[in-house]
Amino acid sequence: MSLSSWLTRHAQNAVGALGTLSRNPVATALTVTVIGIALALPAALGVLVQSGRTLAGGWADVRDFSVYLAPGVGLDRAEALARELRVKPGVESVRVISADTAVAELSKDPGFAGALAALEANPLPHTLVVRPLVSVDGAALEKLGAEVQKSNGVDLVKLDLEWAKRLSAVLDFLRRLGFITGGLLIAAVVIVVGNTIRLDIQNRSAEIEVAKLLGATDAFVRRPFLYLGLWYGVLGGVVAMLILLVGLWALGEPITRLAGLYGSSFELGGATGSSLLAVLAGGVLAGWGGAWTAVARHLAAIQPKID
Amino acid sequence: MIRFDNVTKRYDGAREALKGVSLHVEAGELAFLTGRSGAGKSTVLKLIALIEHPTRGSVTVDGRNLGKLKDREIPGYRQQIGMVFQDNKLLADRSAYENVALPLIITGTGQREIGRRVRAALDQVGLLDRERYPPRTLSAGEQQRLGIARAIVSRPKVLIADEPTGNLDPDLALEVMALFKRLNEVGTTMLIASHDLHLVEHFGARRITLTGGQVLESSVAPLTESSGASGP
Ligand SMILES: Nc1ncnc2c1ncn2[C@@H]1O[C@H](COP(=O)(O)OP(=O)(O)OP(=O)(O)O)[C@@H](O)[C@H]1O
Ligand SMILES: [Mg+2]
Repeated sequence: MSLSSWLTRHAQNAVGALGTLSRNPVATALTVTVIGIALALPAALGVLVQSGRTLAGGWADVRDFSVYLAPGVGLDRAEALARELRVKPGVESVRVISADTAVAELSKDPGFAGALAALEANPLPHTLVVRPLVSVDGAALEKLGAEVQKSNGVDLVKLDLEWAKRLSAVLDFLRRLGFITGGLLIAAVVIVVGNTIRLDIQNRSAEIEVAKLLGATDAFVRRPFLYLGLWYGVLGGVVAMLILLVGLWALGEPITRLAGLYGSSFELGGATGSSLLAVLAGGVLAGWGGAWTAVARHLAAIQPKID
Repeated sequence: MIRFDNVTKRYDGAREALKGVSLHVEAGELAFLTGRSGAGKSTVLKLIALIEHPTRGSVTVDGRNLGKLKDREIPGYRQQIGMVFQDNKLLADRSAYENVALPLIITGTGQREIGRRVRAALDQVGLLDRERYPPRTLSAGEQQRLGIARAIVSRPKVLIADEPTGNLDPDLALEVMALFKRLNEVGTTMLIASHDLHLVEHFGARRITLTGGQVLESSVAPLTESSGASGP
């Protein structure tokens, strides 16, 4: 068989399978919707986890920790320490806030202005604001803090670890939940497609029998059903993409507002592109896989017989 | 072309349907397989179509020992055999055209060639004007002829037919037989099972008669060449 007739044959099968689906629009719509929902759920979790990470990155100023130097330690020591810290692994940036700057900032606040004016000397120490990399988790952050604490001239490291631990625990939980539900729901799609195609094979057993009698190969008999599974997967994937897009659009505004409250500009959009593709790929694989399970188990059973 | 060597067939749990049958249909020959109901005619054809396998003995078609064919060789073999079934085995939800096109689609024939050959086959059985109709809108005789068109469309070397005139009135039966005769004249080897002795006699072709699963007589060619041999 030539390449062009091979291509023609596949194209005919693909179109033929679509025709089969369109002849039962209601049943097809129901099956495709079930597949779409099953695919959208784990993808939504995926988006949530990815968003959580982005959000954590966006909350950089929440991750920042302050290093207060002992009173009397000079600004040159503060600058030196900042240089040391900047080259440490896990440190994104270090900002030095001199005691003078701190006082100037503080005196803008009318509540403090009077009190500060009453003091003779500047009571504030020089301060370093350290911004760790987003990839630094709670434990590493703790270690970094302890190291800095031991440095010469450091009075106090003010590290708020609880939020980091909690966020990473929540994200970890969601990620695992995503994997588990993803696995289960993909299995559900395989089963749904497999069962739908099993019924289709049964409905068309007369046709399959005749084709085998006339010399059809297993591949020939299999192909329309595999394309059917493929289409179920593709259409289910498209439905899942729509569900995700609509869901994200509905959630996008409140989430951006929420992120705004935490001083972060946050868009859901960034996390969605790969999830949408993953949903489609998952649908295609599960549809094709489901078709194979049905085809492998039920086609061989149909053997031609004549009376 | 078709050769049975001492073939015995016992269906599961049943008595023997064929008992040591040896027969030989030569290339280009037209032979009728006759005998009473239950004599084993359909069983002979089922063995040729590889729908059943012999319990003992060997069946050889076009030089191929069917018992030695691998599973993946069976489709290719079947593609080369034309088969007409008593119950036609037409696809109810396809048009006459699509039914006849099926063997060519299976072998991956190009669209244009399919169109040409299908119309030629439909023309040969007088159904060209019915190409768009599904089988259920055709009469029993037309359905039978449609089944024949499908069997001949891929120009098989060997054609087997099980009671191809079973549903036809005598005039149509004669017409179908005449069609077979014409196909035979262009070189197709044919084995046709029929209990219609009248019709068979009318054509005066070679006759292989079965009774109780054994060859009773073979009217023209003697069977000496097939005794004791076990295929090429
Ligand atoms: N699938 C089967 N299982 C068990 N026994 C069978 C089967 N098919 C046929 N037989 C038996 O084998 C014998 C021969 O049957 P076969 O169908 O070959 O006869 P036939 O000559 O074609 O008869 P008819 O003219 O009625 O079609 C019969 O006794 C029949 O009951
Ligand atoms: Mg019979």
